[in-house]
This record gives sequence, structure tokens and C-alpha cells, in this order.
Amino acid sequence: MGRFSSFAAELARNKTLLLGLSLLLAICLLAVLGPFFVDFANSRVGSTIPRSPPTPEHWFGTDGQGRDMFTVMILAMPQTLRIGLTAGLISLSVGVALGLVAGFVGGWVDTVIRLASDVMMTIPGIAILVLVAANVREMTVELMAVIVATLSWMVAARTIRAQTLSLRGRGYVQVARLNGTSGLKLVFVEVLPNLLPFIAASFVITVSNAMLATVGLEALGLGPQNELTLGMTIYWAQFYGAIIRGMWWWWGPPILTIATIFVGLMLTSAGMDSFVNKRLGAI
Amino acid sequence: MTASYWDYVARRFGIMLLVVFLAVSINFALPRLMPGDPIENQLNQLMASGGGAMGDVGAMVASYRARFGLDQPIFTQYLVYWQSVFSLDLGFSLTNYPERVGDAILAGLPWTLGLLGFATLVSFTIGTLLGGLMGWPRSPRLLKSFGSGVLLLSSVPYFLIGMILLYFFAVVFRFFPAGGGMPFGMSAGFNLESIRAIAWHATLPLLSIIIAEIGAWAIGMRGMMVSVLGEDYIALADAKGLRPRRIFLRYGMRNALLPQMTKLAMALGHIVSGAILVEVIFSYPGIGFRLYQAIQSKDYFVIQGIVLLLSVSIAIAMFILDLIYPLIDPRIAKGK
Repeated sequence: MGRFSSFAAELARNKTLLLGLSLLLAICLLAVLGPFFVDFANSRVGSTIPRSPPTPEHWFGTDGQGRDMFTVMILAMPQTLRIGLTAGLISLSVGVALGLVAGFVGGWVDTVIRLASDVMMTIPGIAILVLVAANVREMTVELMAVIVATLSWMVAARTIRAQTLSLRGRGYVQVARLNGTSGLKLVFVEVLPNLLPFIAASFVITVSNAMLATVGLEALGLGPQNELTLGMTIYWAQFYGAIIRGMWWWWGPPILTIATIFVGLMLTSAGMDSFVNKRLGAI
Repeated sequence: MTASYWDYVARRFGIMLLVVFLAVSINFALPRLMPGDPIENQLNQLMASGGGAMGDVGAMVASYRARFGLDQPIFTQYLVYWQSVFSLDLGFSLTNYPERVGDAILAGLPWTLGLLGFATLVSFTIGTLLGGLMGWPRSPRLLKSFGSGVLLLSSVPYFLIGMILLYFFAVVFRFFPAGGGMPFGMSAGFNLESIRAIAWHATLPLLSIIIAEIGAWAIGMRGMMVSVLGEDYIALADAKGLRPRRIFLRYGMRNALLPQMTKLAMALGHIVSGAILVEVIFSYPGIGFRLYQAIQSKDYFVIQGIVLLLSVSIAIAMFILDLIYPLIDPRIAKGK
């Protein structure tokens, strides 16, 4: 309760965080509720007259294959968000677990984990993604999330490791240790709760990186082929030369939606930064 | 140089070798982990995607089978693969059959290096200056609010900005060409006309990278500037009555610049893989566009070759940069 009311007070003071979270909330609500209000049939190829600019009947117009763009957007949003969020959650859990172990156990375990994250940071993620995506038979939403996650756990692991190291040396942890608290209890009761702000901040950064990789892969045509996603919409628009043909209603909505998601993530991340570090002012 | 420096160099060298080893091994293993015959898989997919006009398929299958030596033990295949990597023999393109993958990469490389190198340096310069000014308390308000807008833009992926620029400045208003590296039928050379044509075609792709990048540089620089300005020597310089301009440049910017230089080095290392999608949007004839074409036509060996080039070149570039860092900032070699 105390924690919640202090968070509410922080929100009232921190306009950047408030704006970022509101944008993300609005997008998520639209993605969750939207599909209940549209007719799935309109998102099929050939369901309407192709290449029509926005009309009262088709709010966002129709694409080159006769799909209603409004329906496509409403159905594509949850898919892209699902990939980004799932990938973000997987890589956050892996990153936090590895960071805690590395910081707490130390020794050769720490060396191995640090080496692995250094190596993974050097390998260009997009290269590995392209290679895997080109090799699998059929890309699915779940597979895509796992692939993106394996390449984005490093930031979380590094942050959490550094924070664990500094917490481990604090007086109260030392006292608990001297009182004979066992290792696991020490981690979960004394250390983990104090890492929560850092975990939250890493989560936003991780999701942001995962979304960037997801949208990029989809726009290259390597996303799930049988699903509607924001990146795939851009891919098809690009494939059929929608920009050159002046069909702005085809590529405009997905671009605006993606830009809103990233601006929301960035504001949230900047807001959290000043919340966690209390050093830099808001943007 | 001290012993800790050589320890550091050895560690970074080890990481580079490990990355190259992993990249080559993944490249080797992935197609073989998939069920079925990798060559027939690839050629079947190619046929299914409606290639048809691919030249002599039978000869290609035979040549690839011999080249991979798929009847030999896996370990022998692995050694042969390493041998071909060391001799820079990346095989042939499947869709443009007699073209070698190595030649395809070499043709695209100068375009990518030029585009990304120029864009990175320009956005670094503008962004660093802007970030420094944003962290400087005496800057005008207007500049700070302009800066905030630029920071927001930095969160939007490059290629989205590219699409918007392309639509407005090449389709609605026909100021710039809609794609390509230079006009059709023109060949590159060191003369004024061809340099002008190349610059003309590169303007929009350059702009989309620069607009998206400036903010990222400005954020880092602003943060550093704020923390540098909190140092005692700034207060001392102020108390001595030095002119603000001198404090800003010599005391503030100069000290805040160091981490920026590290990041610049890093960005230059990632230059080849930096903006694949911008090249795609503008059909710019670099590595990224070649990769996109290869993905579309399922030209597996070109994909593999470009991916290998990306990983290995980044590993080597990062190692060279790691050698230079301690010369810029001696604290790095001493460990955190």
C-alpha cells in the first residue's frame, strides 16, 4: 500500500513517466479490446476493393490486395506487441537470473557469465536473427519471441550484476549473513526486493530492444508469414511500392503506431531513469 | 605499457577469437541442424518461390554436394568449411548463378561504408554539440525545447523516418530521386559529375539516419555534461572569472567528450550492419539491400556470406577499438 501511494505521488511529479506510461497503456488497451470490435473477414485478401483511399466505409482505406487497413491495424497490433513483450519477459528473466548468480556467487561462474555476455554483445544480433529466420521452415509468433530473447538478455544481466555486487557489500546484507541467513533466503529477502526499480528499468529497455529487433525482422520479411503484424504490413507496403505509388494510407498507420510505441517506451524509460537515479532531470 | 594493459589486450583478443569461432560454427551448423538435405531444401524452396529461371539446377546441386562433401563425416565437413572461410571462398549466388558471393559483397561494401560512415560522423558532431548545449544552464530555452523534440525522434527506428522522407521529398515533391545509388547507365568515377550524382542520391538516406541518430548522441552528451558541470573545477573556473565560452568548451565539453568518443568508436564498429532497412527503403546498392534481395529470393549462400562478414568484421573492428580505448582513457585497462 505504502509502495503504491509513493508510486502515485512519483507519477504526479514525474510528467515524463506519466506521459510514457499513458501512451503505452492506450496502445495496449487498443490492442487488447480492438479485436472484439472488428470483423476478421475484412482482413482477408480480396475482401474489399483494393487500393481505395480512406472512405467513411474504410476508415484507413484498403491495401493493394483488398484488405481493410483499419481491421489489419487492429489485428496486427496485438501480434507485434505479443512478440515484443514475450521476448522482453523471457530475456529479462534470463538476464536477472544470470545477473544475480554472477553477482552473488562470483568466482568462475561470474567469469563465464560475463564472457558470454561480452561475446553476445559483439555478435550483431540482426545477423544471427536473419540466419535463423532464413533456416526455419515456418516462423511463428512464439519462435520469433524466443529468437529475439536469446539476443537481448545482456543489458539486464549487466545491470543486475553490478547492482547485486554493490548490494552484497552493504551493511544490512552483511548483518543478515552473519546472523546465519542461508544464501537463497539472502537473495530473495534481502537483495531482490531492493533490485525491483532496476529490474523495472531493465524491463523497459529490454522490451524496447526486443520490439526494435522484432519490427526490423518483420519489415525485412522474416516475421511470422501467416500472421498480421505491424512490421509485415510495412514489408508488404514496401514490396508493392506503396510509397512510390502515393498510397500513404497503406504505410502511414503502421509507421505512426510503431513510432507511438517507441516514443512511449522511451518516455517511460527516461522517466524511470530519473526515478531510479534521481540525478538527471526529466527531458 | 603496464602488465594490466597486456592482460586486458589478451582478454579482448580471446573474446574476438571466440566471436569469430562462434560465428563460423553457427554458420556451419544451422543449415545442417534442419531436417533433410540442406542443398535440396534450399533449392526446393527456391523452386517453390517461383524462380524457374535459375540456370542449370542439376549442375548446381552436384557442385554444391561436392563442395559440402555431405557424404563425409561431420568433422571433416567442419574442417573443410573452415578452410573455405580462410581462403575467403564463400561460394556462388543461387539466383545469379555464376556470380561469386565474395564479389557481390565487395560490390556493395563501398556504398554501405560511405553512407554509414558519413552519416555517423555528421550525426556524432551535431548530436554531441547539441547535447553539450542542452546540458549547459546558460543555453536559450528555445534550444532546449528543440533538443527535446530531437531526443524523441531518436526513439523512432531509422527506416520509418526514411519512409516519411521518401514520400514527401521524392513522391509528393520531386526534389530527390526515389532510390538507387546513382542514375541508371552511369558508372562511378572520380569526376565532378558522378560525385554530384552520388551525393544527390545519398541525400535522403543520409538524412533519415542523421535525424534518427542525433538524439542518441545528444542524450549521452547531455548526461555527461550535467555531471561534469557539477565538478569542483568548474566552480573554481567560474570563481576565477573565466569567460563562460571558455568554461563551456575547455572545461565542460572537453571532459564530457571522452565517453562520447568511446561510443563513436563502437558505432563505427557496427557500421556495416547499421542501417540495413534504410538501404532497403531507398534501394541503395549497399550490403543491406543485397541482404534483403537475397532473403527475398532465398539466395542462401549470399545470406550466409553477408552474415559471416557482418559478424567477423564487427569482431575485428571491436578488437582494434579495444586496443585504442586505453590510450584515450587509461582507466579502462585498469578494470572497473
